[in-house]
Amino acid sequence: MTTITQTQLRTERNRSFPNQLALNVNATLAIAFRDFLKFLRDRARILSTFLFPLIFIGFLGGGMQATFGGSSGYNFLPFVFTGVLAQTIWQSTAIGIISLLEDRQNDFSQEIFVSPISRYAIVFGKILGETLVALPQGLGIILFGLVLGVSMSPLQVLGLMVAGVVAALYGGAFGIMVLGVMPSRRAADQLFPFVFLPQFFTAGVFVPIKNLPLPLEIVSLLSPLRYAVDLVRGLFYAGSAEFDFVVLGPIWVNVLVLGISFGVFMVIGTVLFVRAERNR
Amino acid sequence: MSPIIHVEHLIKRYKNSQANAVDDVSFEVAPGEFFVLLGPNGAGKTTTISILTTTLAPTSGRIEIAGHDLVRAPNGVRESVGIIFQNPSLDQNLTAEENIRLHATMYGLYPFRPTYWLMPREYKAQVNELAAVLGIQKEIHKPIKTFSGGMKRKLEIIRSLIHHPRVLFLDEPTTGLDPLSRRSLWDYLTRVRAEKATTIFLSTHYLEEAEQADTICILNHGRVIAQGTPDQVKARLVENYLLIDAANRDALRQELRVRNVPFVETPLFKIELNGTSEQHFTPHQLLKLIDTPLTTVKIHTPSVEDAYLAILEANDDDNANTAAH
Repeated sequence: MTTITQTQLRTERNRSFPNQLALNVNATLAIAFRDFLKFLRDRARILSTFLFPLIFIGFLGGGMQATFGGSSGYNFLPFVFTGVLAQTIWQSTAIGIISLLEDRQNDFSQEIFVSPISRYAIVFGKILGETLVALPQGLGIILFGLVLGVSMSPLQVLGLMVAGVVAALYGGAFGIMVLGVMPSRRAADQLFPFVFLPQFFTAGVFVPIKNLPLPLEIVSLLSPLRYAVDLVRGLFYAGSAEFDFVVLGPIWVNVLVLGISFGVFMVIGTVLFVRAERNR
Repeated sequence: MSPIIHVEHLIKRYKNSQANAVDDVSFEVAPGEFFVLLGPNGAGKTTTISILTTTLAPTSGRIEIAGHDLVRAPNGVRESVGIIFQNPSLDQNLTAEENIRLHATMYGLYPFRPTYWLMPREYKAQVNELAAVLGIQKEIHKPIKTFSGGMKRKLEIIRSLIHHPRVLFLDEPTTGLDPLSRRSLWDYLTRVRAEKATTIFLSTHYLEEAEQADTICILNHGRVIAQGTPDQVKARLVENYLLIDAANRDALRQELRVRNVPFVETPLFKIELNGTSEQHFTPHQLLKLIDTPLTTVKIHTPSVEDAYLAILEANDDDNANTAAH
């Protein structure tokens, strides 16, 4: 009798989802939306995500412009603004991914991991969800930028949004990669600052890194955040006279590096993460 | 009928651990059965359930659930089972309905829609029906935070049943519930069993929850130490005996020897009623054999609780002895 029920159920499922891919896409969207809902209902988190960038752009950008602006040949405010935009979005998704591990004892993630969907769908759903969370933050930062006097055309805003989505997805993939390599939650908590903080500098978030000595240049080239920051700046400064002073590499190179490393991080990170979770 | 769960020589050793958390465990569960994994804390119950529900990899052993090999076809297993975890696994930030919706979409029952109102009519009908069963028609769109512990548990069970699993795993589901909620949860589970013929795989350290089981499997230190129906477990492993005493103990001792009744003086006279000795007596037969006036007659028939504790104690003694040698 139970067998019949099962068969009926399968045909029903197959009717709404022609194949496994459609089923996984469906699940991915559901998981992503859950994260977004969670964010919308967490007022403290919404507030804190806006405060941090405000402080950085306002004080650092404004302060550095007043101190060095005259001698550098370009305006520091938009430079710091674009850097902080990329960094905030990138780090927001990367850290958000850590909640996959968030106290599995009490968390809902165990419910997700026993569902009959691809592990990639779970991880990508999570990344997409964190991206949805990062985007309102990105919009907030752009608004602050406007308030603080960064001038931008509608086309530039559009470019920032597109680059922002890329930076967010990329941050998520980086997050799962780091999570896959970390032996434990405790290690992850302790090592995350060391993974993120140096990249503030090696990726040139608020300090120009156009002319670095070779050893530092190598470290910088190995910093994933560098390419997200540079893509945001590339699209923001496209066509302006400051492009060559500020932007490190051509847009297509950044897109290529981001695309390839996204794929590598996703696959290796997911495989390592799932294996570490199951082989305790 | 072929078993719905088949576990053969399951071993699990955690990384950085010297001992096996689950040590060569084998059992079978028939479709529709109420199977109870009983054992004290740390016996390996949750480890076993985590392995059977695919979140933990076994070290070795062969496992098949609903015809799917656990290692080679984990998604087949996942589709066929529902799980109530030891700790609540509802999303506290979502409403009851949103929790159900997420589950339903992840199991591919309905296409994803961001709001309840955009969901298909059949889904709404199903949710209304479930809400009626729980008596939470008014609260179904309220955040889970506002629900009582018992209510959340029931919601989890309802959620885990909407994809019609063939086996429902419950890992110590009543821990932390008050007696009333516990009772109503059991009534509900009994109804589920009757209506859907779902196989129930329950782990618990509460004995009374095992008494209604079809099969009890007692786990201690990762090993199966007793397995069978509650009556079998009781009968096979715990002694029934008669305790008698007389004012004239010498006369009684003499009489028992003459009648060839084996006994132990504790100092009451303890006489086995079943099992080990070659001679079997019912209490009635025994009393008819004795002429010495008795001052005390007590029949000892253990409850399952006694059986359980006795089995655990015996097992712990054995382990202590093995370790000492």
